[in-house]
Amino acid sequence: MLDAVTLTVTVTALLLAAWCGLAAYRDEPTNDWHFIGMAVVTLAALVQLVVALVRLGHGDRPDHGVAVFVGYQIGAACTIPAAAFMSLAERSRWGSAIVAAGGVILAVLELRLHEIWGAGHG
Amino acid sequence: MAEDSTADGTEDTAMAQRQTPDAAAGTTAEPGGTRLGQGPGRLLLWFYGVFTVAALSRSIVQISTKFSDAPLAYLLSLAAGVVYAVITVALWRGGEQARKVALVSCSAELLGVIAVGVLTLADSSAFPDQTVWSDFGVGYVFLPLILPVMGLLWLRRAGRPESGTPEGAAPRP
Repeated sequence: MLDAVTLTVTVTALLLAAWCGLAAYRDEPTNDWHFIGMAVVTLAALVQLVVALVRLGHGDRPDHGVAVFVGYQIGAACTIPAAAFMSLAERSRWGSAIVAAGGVILAVLELRLHEIWGAGHG
Repeated sequence: MAEDSTADGTEDTAMAQRQTPDAAAGTTAEPGGTRLGQGPGRLLLWFYGVFTVAALSRSIVQISTKFSDAPLAYLLSLAAGVVYAVITVALWRGGEQARKVALVSCSAELLGVIAVGVLTLADSSAFPDQTVWSDFGVGYVFLPLILPVMGLLWLRRAGRPESGTPEGAAPRP
């Protein structure tokens, strides 16, 4: 379950990054549809946070420590909202670039989360 | 630092007054400051903000849980985090003073990345654990090396009164 959610967040984050990267390339600011996309990715990250907490509650333990794991989960859940607020403040192509960068950063965080949790128990 | 009224400060005001009336009107309070964290600067601000959180939280966890393993590496991560924090705040606040602070910090960051990169390649025993700046920041897709270069380029451009605005951003009245 956790692996599936992690994969979902990674893929949607990369799609969002490509989409907003295209907008930045075309010299466009983020529009309402982009923000819906950001909401979807954020929702996926929140689902992941809940699933992870439930797993921790059941006694499952990440390979590389609970504190680091939870820290990364919270960071992952906050990345896209933070990028969204910054792109609201920056109504230019650079606002789109910020969200694109945020998507890539989130994908990297997911990769690290996967390592921290450990491949042993999906 | 903000209340500083040294020779530097007076020089800045003099420079601001030498600008055209149009440019001066927009930047009277803080010459060149309004642009520092906007446009490309905001993208830099975003990256520096993320790196501040990443480096600081990483070093705090390392220092609080296993400091004796590699004190030098962990202290270096902490120092890197502090430098990132200073640059983030400087970009966010804007103004000529902040631009100078950011210039110094970006230069220190660049020197740090290069020095640590060379050290880790030459003598890996000095850093038994990874830091943000190990091997020129390869663990962070070389962003620790790219960011200060981009930062210095941007700070130089933002410091120029007229040509600092990005293409088409401010139609001149």
